[in-house]
Amino acid sequence: MGETGTYKVKAGLAQMLKGGVIMDVTTPEQAKIAEEAGACAVMALERVPADIRAAGGIARMADPTIIIKIMEAVTIPVMAKCRIGHFVEAQILESLGVDYIDESEVLSPADDKYHVNKKEFKVPFVCGARNLGEALRRIGEGAAMIRTKGEPGTGNVIEAVRHIRQVNDEIRWISNLPAEELMNAAKEIQAPYELVLEVVRLKALPVVNFAAGGIATPADAALMMQLGCDGIFVGSGIFKSGDPAQRAKAIVAATTYYKDPAVIAEVSRDLGEAMVGINIDTIKPEDRMQDRGW
Amino acid sequence: MAGKKIGILALQGAFIEHEDCLRKCGANPQQIRSVQEMDQIEGLIIPGGESTTIGKLMHKYRLEDKIKEKHAEGMPIWGTCAGMILLAKEIADMEQVHLDLMDISVRRNAFGRQVESFVTELEVEGIGRSQGVFIRAPYVDKVWGEARVLAYYRDYIVMVQEGHLLATAFHPELTDDLSIHSYFLEMI
Repeated sequence: MGETGTYKVKAGLAQMLKGGVIMDVTTPEQAKIAEEAGACAVMALERVPADIRAAGGIARMADPTIIIKIMEAVTIPVMAKCRIGHFVEAQILESLGVDYIDESEVLSPADDKYHVNKKEFKVPFVCGARNLGEALRRIGEGAAMIRTKGEPGTGNVIEAVRHIRQVNDEIRWISNLPAEELMNAAKEIQAPYELVLEVVRLKALPVVNFAAGGIATPADAALMMQLGCDGIFVGSGIFKSGDPAQRAKAIVAATTYYKDPAVIAEVSRDLGEAMVGINIDTIKPEDRMQDRGW
Repeated sequence: MAGKKIGILALQGAFIEHEDCLRKCGANPQQIRSVQEMDQIEGLIIPGGESTTIGKLMHKYRLEDKIKEKHAEGMPIWGTCAGMILLAKEIADMEQVHLDLMDISVRRNAFGRQVESFVTELEVEGIGRSQGVFIRAPYVDKVWGEARVLAYYRDYIVMVQEGHLLATAFHPELTDDLSIHSYFLEMI
């Protein structure tokens, strides 16, 4: 009999998603549009981040009915979000059979100190990170995939760029340290020592790293790919735009042909309105989603 | 086998993993995203990923016809997981773009969703023991014509060869075992 729930199959699904686009959807109809456009997975939500931001209040795991209907509507993997530290929401999502759980700062955190112990689950987890230490802490807790946090629901790519550059800078720095300095480096970035050694060996994160948080155009997607991300999450960027189906297809093509400006130019034509963006400086500190997570 | 130029369809999915395995085998891997690049290779791997995503991009960027043309000229092609689905002549209960090349009928996500993904030991004909990593994997419902079964998991067909076509439901590129990559390189 085969062995299920191993780290190999958890990280392996993320490897299969690489070079692809994972799209936020709130209805079975949107899920079908996403699949038809070439999404490699969908994120089933009650509201996209831009609407969560607008609505305020406490954002929680979606109603299971929405998630089940989306799972029934498409054949590609379906992800869903639980609150940071809310292991019961994670248990519910696992029992529904979702393919990946995003322990996400887009929802209101349920714990001000601890994240979910992701090793206890058979379903794999993806978590957001702004820097190497945060990424390695999440991997240490069992995350099998990492994404930049960016600033969700803004249509503004600057924070996602900052986060991937930060992670890459720190990987370059740590990879060049002499062995005797690595324990102190692990202490400085508050990361597990064994995972620091792994990063030094690989000169990369030990798991797949996607871009997320503010990607709104094909050019944004290609930018994040050229900066070294393995794939793209698009949240509000698609279904808050003028022509979601067309924009979704364009972002898929730009993610595959990220090194080919002629293709990106072609797919960027006549896409209609992009989502209205938000400048990061105008967001109140308590509304910054990227600062959630410990 | 040193230096054989092997293309890996790099539209979406785990193509870098295949590239690393081929390099360890001494071959010369090339990422393929365009029709022109298809003319520079001696064999092609269609990797794991999402078969619907790869199929749509393959169609839109005209690689579908080019791969069929290369197949007709006798170029060896190996599909893993999504790649196996794309090679099949029949996909059970599903309509999607596929290459329609191999005398097999496949069932997508046949073992269930991600929580049912598993790792197991397989006995592969002509190769021996091999680790099988199955991720939301398909299996083969039936084979006909010249298609020959090379491996089963329990009663399910998970590896098939038909002339210069090879299909695996599992992912040798996620293991340290290079025997199936070597086997494919021998086909060239």
